[in-house]
Formats: sequence, structure tokens, C-alpha cells
Amino acid sequence: MHKEFLMGNEAIALGALAAGVNVVAGYPGTPSTEVLETIARRRTQDVYVEWSINEKAAMEVAAGAAYSGARAMVTCKQVGLNVASDPLMSLEYIGVKAGMVVMVADDPGPISSQTEQDTRTFAQFSKLPCFDPSSVAEAYEMIQEAFELSERLGTPVFFRATTRVDHGYESIEVADEGEWQHNQPEGFVKDSSRWVIFPRLSVVNHAKIEARNARLSDELSSYERNFVVPGAGECKRLGIATHGINYAYVRENLDAENHPRVLRVATPFPFPERKAVEFLEGLDEVLCVEELDPVIERELTYVCGKYGLDVRIRGKLTGDVAPSGENSVESVGAAIAAFVGKEASAAPAPGDAPTLPVRPPVLCAGCPHRASFYAVKRAMAGKKTIFCGDIGCYTLGNAAPLDMVDTCLCMGAGIDIAQGVFHVEPDTTCFAFVGDSTFFASGITGTINAFYNQADLTLVVLDNSTTAMTGHQPHPGTGRTMMGEVVAKVNIEAVLRGIGLSVVETVDPLDHERAVETVRRVAAEPGVKAIIFKSPCVVLAKPQARSVVDPEKCVGCQRCVKQLGCPGLVPRDGKVVIDESLCTGCTLCEQVCPFGAISGGCRIPVELPGGERA
Amino acid sequence: MSTNIILCGVGGQGTILASKLIASAAMARDVAVKTAETIGMAQRGGSVFSHVRLGEDAACPLMARGSADLVLAFEPAEAVRQLPFLKPGGCVVTSTRPVVPVSAMTGGPAYDYEGIMEYLKAKVSNLVLVDSDRAAAELGSAKCLNVVLLGAAVRAGELGLSEGDILAALHERLPEKLWELNERALAWA
Repeated sequence: MHKEFLMGNEAIALGALAAGVNVVAGYPGTPSTEVLETIARRRTQDVYVEWSINEKAAMEVAAGAAYSGARAMVTCKQVGLNVASDPLMSLEYIGVKAGMVVMVADDPGPISSQTEQDTRTFAQFSKLPCFDPSSVAEAYEMIQEAFELSERLGTPVFFRATTRVDHGYESIEVADEGEWQHNQPEGFVKDSSRWVIFPRLSVVNHAKIEARNARLSDELSSYERNFVVPGAGECKRLGIATHGINYAYVRENLDAENHPRVLRVATPFPFPERKAVEFLEGLDEVLCVEELDPVIERELTYVCGKYGLDVRIRGKLTGDVAPSGENSVESVGAAIAAFVGKEASAAPAPGDAPTLPVRPPVLCAGCPHRASFYAVKRAMAGKKTIFCGDIGCYTLGNAAPLDMVDTCLCMGAGIDIAQGVFHVEPDTTCFAFVGDSTFFASGITGTINAFYNQADLTLVVLDNSTTAMTGHQPHPGTGRTMMGEVVAKVNIEAVLRGIGLSVVETVDPLDHERAVETVRRVAAEPGVKAIIFKSPCVVLAKPQARSVVDPEKCVGCQRCVKQLGCPGLVPRDGKVVIDESLCTGCTLCEQVCPFGAISGGCRIPVELPGGERA
Repeated sequence: MSTNIILCGVGGQGTILASKLIASAAMARDVAVKTAETIGMAQRGGSVFSHVRLGEDAACPLMARGSADLVLAFEPAEAVRQLPFLKPGGCVVTSTRPVVPVSAMTGGPAYDYEGIMEYLKAKVSNLVLVDSDRAAAELGSAKCLNVVLLGAAVRAGELGLSEGDILAALHERLPEKLWELNERALAWA
């Protein structure tokens, strides 16, 4: 054993490696991404790891590995679980041979997500056992216990953490590489009565799942991480039930001399019913402190009804805890203070603070997406248009002054939404923007749907040759894998032509006039057509030169600032200066300035089809 | 007793490395460390913060408002934004250089620099201002602001760590070619 300062996600990865995981597959998504990246960085040679093209593929790869006796793990964020839910719901009926853990990162707040869905509820729905750690140190231990349980029961299990555990850091004790378990997979053993799902098999296995979960509820009541902390002082007839990071928030707020009894639930499903009855014994009231869904609150209410216990259960459903959003040390403190009938300690008054600037996330200085949006905006000025966006950095194209994202729903949705709009409003010029990684994840099916069903739209692929938003993961277009191999690149233009699109043009978005002209020409074509805007992510490419403003020529019109909204352009003393620490020399502002006052930048060369270099 | 520190700034300024340097230095002294970071969408120019808690009695990586011993701010408006976390009499070390967001030029609230600086001076008795423009000019680089600020925090006596502790952490975490610049940054005053 040795000590390391680890992020929760790193601890989860090291715990999985210590448990002898053989195969790990996932799709990037905040706050889950670092689990798989850490596996790739710290794995031994015999561990296989991949970024799959989406979560459904990851789930199926992991299932095949677990069928073959390999310990397998899937990593994704909560909305990624939706993509993987089709295979997972059926997989529970089939089961696995070796341990398989589905690691899902939930995002209360939400801080970087579309939804506040709760994987604990998904566990109830899918009937999969679920682990819910409260700290980095515990996440490291519990992921190993999750593999043990999964393998013993022959079922995939959820390991669900939230942002504050995933992205919290702690100094913790971890096993040395030499102490890791080694699991030698037996290989796939043919047995069509076991591995082929049919209604007849499903009804038999469903009964087994229900019986198993009833047994497991009792077994998990003895699991040491489902525990009760005795009350102290005057609060002995009160209880607090909590889970995950909220257990830490509760602890921060407990008065050592005088506090309610506490139930910490580590396995929200199957719910440890016997432990809950033991906790409720002799209590008058319980406050459930939860984030996302009132899972424990509903379970305790049910247990009280089932056993005829006269205990009032309070929480989200009774308005004692906020029904949505992220909890905090002080929001939990206020809820507990109200529950035990104490005054909440007054938070310092905000007072007369000056109005602060707001900082919504923005496209980076020099980001090629800005140029792509601006080119389409100029080309389509005055026309009736809809710009369907998608998930990635380029969702930020919605902000002023670009204002070029009219819709955003979920991965790959923009291409299909544009079709729906077209079928209702055929006179609207429809655009769908999609990033390269999102195109591979779930944009191809939508494109085929559009082509087959005779939609009229322009697909704009924003190809920056990486998965930028989540921290630059490789994808099929990059020609690199997580195993460190250099492989054949999947060519987006060839994919589109293979579908049947006859108009597919690739252009450098930073070649502004040419980009505008290309958009005008391509959008005028009938049917489904595509533009691939190709230019590398500026976080990865090294700037070749920086732009400067000639103060003699700058008249202070601020056209560059107001049209582009680039953080590198800063108004100062009635003119504009360029923040050299941010400028990448992309030259877009040089091309936009009507007075030729900006110069000195240098575009990063982009290889276009036909060997042309823009 | 735990020492509670808030680091704050604008995405991309280097707050995460600074919190890791504090953590490494504390661990080398056998002090338990818990931190929480902003990672994700906000890294693209948004407001970012780290909570750093040193000592055994911190149950959780996040602290309550009114409990920070030190707010280490990479940007003055962000210092004001995190001020509710400062405990009465706590210390604020802040860079004086504003980072003006695009929103301030495209219809959002303007950046009231004078108002922000006056507010900090009025509300914080233990305030250390770091002229980061001058630091960048004298050091020949704007990229070591995080270490300049750490140096100021050490000298303010608020980290419970010495310059030598931070120096050892720098050597552990950074490649050797960056040592000389960062050593000068740590000592810069």
C-alpha cells in the first residue's frame, strides 16, 4: 500500500485495476471522463481499454467481455446511460459470467449536463444493484466490492457517484501494482439457452431476479457501509437518512453532543430494509437529506407503511429539502437546523457588493467554431433559417454575439430535429451543426434518416479533429486509440458520400470569404448536403503567430468585438487591443476589420481533399 | 483544526495546479488533504473555484460559507464573488489584474473595476494585493501567476506552509526546465 493524492475518478479507476478489471469501455462525459483516462494511464499491459463511439457500443463491448469471463467496466455520465439503456435493460435478464460494473457519474446542479436524472432511480427501474459512495477513499474500496458482488451474483451492478465525489480529491491509501488481483478470463463458452434472449427465458429469469433482489435486500442490511450512527443528547427521537456526498454534508453539520440518529445508505437498490427498520425503531421523525430523487424518502415511507411504524418521514416530498439542484454544506445545515428546531447559523450577509461581470463559458479565442458559425451567419443573413445545434463546445455558439444555436437537445439530435422542422416548414433553410466526435457517436443514423426520407437540409460538420469539450479524447477520425495504437482514420467525407450525399465540401472555416461562398452555394442545392469545416482545436494546436492592432488604423468601431465576441479582443481607450496571452493568430478578426487595422496572425494549415492546403 | 482555502479565478488561469501544489506540500507534512475542483464546461472562460481543506477534521471536500481562512484570487471580481466563503477576519490574496469577459462588451453587466477594488478594501481587513502585470513584466512570463500568488499567500502566513514546502512541491510536480522561472515567481514580491 502507498499514499496518493487522487481525484475521485482516479481512485475509482485504481480500485477497478486493483480488482483485476480486464476490459474497460466508455464514452467521455463530464464528470465521468477521468475514470477511463486513468485506466489507460495506469493499466498493466494485459488490460484492454477503449473509448467506444458511444455508450451503447461501450455497454455491448463490456457485456461480451463479461460473457467471456473478463471483469469488465463501462464508464459514462448519467445521460450516457440513457444511450446505453437498451443493451443494459436486456443484459440484466441475461446476466454475466465475470464481474461487470457500470460506472455512472451523476451531476446534481446540473453543472455540465442536460438533466438532473438519478441513477439510483435507474437502478430501481432496471433492477440492478447500485453502490453510492460518499468520499474518494470510500469510492476506491467500494468499486472493488462492486466487482465482487457482481461476479458472485452474475449480474451487472451500478457504481454511481456524483460530481463532488468524482471531482473531489483526497490523499488516500491505495494498493501497489504488485498487490492487484489478476483475473484470467475463461473465454466464451457456447450455451444458447443462456446467452440468447427469448421471451421464454425472460420470464424465467425475471422471477429469479425478483427473488434475488429480495434476498439481497436482507444481505445488504448487514453490509458494513449501510450503517446507523446512534443519536446523542436531546435529539434521540429524531433521525436523518442520507447518502453519497450528502453524508459528508450532514457530518459537517452534526453537533457532537446533541444530534439525531443517522442512517447512511450505501446501496439504494436493493434497499437495505432490515437495516432501515432497525434505524426507525423508537424514532418520531426522520429527515431524508438527498440530492436528485427522493429515493430513500420513498423507501422509508414504504417501510413505515409495511411494518406499521409510526414515524413521520420528511424530505423533498414534504418541502423540507429542495426538490432539485445541488445541496451544499450550508443548505443541509439549514435543513437540519429547521428539523431539530434550532436557529440556523446566519451566513454572512452579502451586503452591498458591486455588480459583478457574468462569465458564461465561451468559445476560446481563435476557436474555429466561431469562424464556422460566423460564415453561416453571414451567408444566410436575411433568410428564413433554423440552426440546430448539438452537444459539444459548439453549443456555446448560442451566445451573443453569434447567436447561432436555435436548438440543442441531446447527442446527435440536431440532425433529426432539423428534419422535423423541415417537414412542417418546407420554406425554412435548415442547418444542423454537429462536431466530429458527436457525428461518430450518433450523427450517422440521423444523416441516413434525412437522406432516405427526402429531407432538405445542410449538415455542417465542425471537424476540429478531437473531442474537445471533455478534454481532447481520440475518436475514429483521429486515427489513435486509447491503447496507444495508430490506426486507419474513418473519413467523414467518405462516410457521407457512402450514404449517398452528392454534395459534400470540405473547407477551412478561417478562410472566411471562401467559407461564406461555400455555404451560400451548398445551401442552395436540393436535398441533404454537407459542409465539413475542418480546422484543429486551438487548445491542441500551437499558435504560429499572433495578431496585433495598429492603433493608427483602428477607428474604434468595435466591429470585430461586436461581430465575433472573441475573448482575445479587448476594447481599451476607445480602440481595440489584442490580449496576446489568448490570441492564437487565427486571422478571423483581420478578415472582418473593414479598415485593415489588424495583421500579423497566421492560420494553422489544414489539409483539404485533393492535397490542397488552405 | 483544519485550514480552509478557496482558490478562484477564470477558467484557464491555473487554479487547479495551484491547489495541487498546496495539496502536495501539505501531504509532504503528513497533513490530510481534501479538495474540490471545477472541471468541465466552466473551464472555457467561466468562473472557477477550488475548495482546499487541510487537516483531519474536514469531513468533506467542500466548506460552508464563512469558513475560509484564505481566499486566493487570480482575478479581483472573482475574489468578490467568493467573499461570502471568507470567515470574519480571514485573509484575501488577489491579483489586481481584471479579466474582462466578452459578456461585458456584448450587453451583459459592465466590469466595474474601481467598485470592485474599493469593495475589497472596505470589506477585507487582511487584504494582500498582487500586481500581476508588474510580476509578469519582471519575471518575463505571465504563465506563473499561480506561483506568484502562492508566494504571497505563504508570506501572509495563511497557508500554514513554508516557502520551502511549496518549493519541494514545485520540484515534484513540474519538469526541471520550469523550476528556475517558478522559483523566481515564488520569491517575487
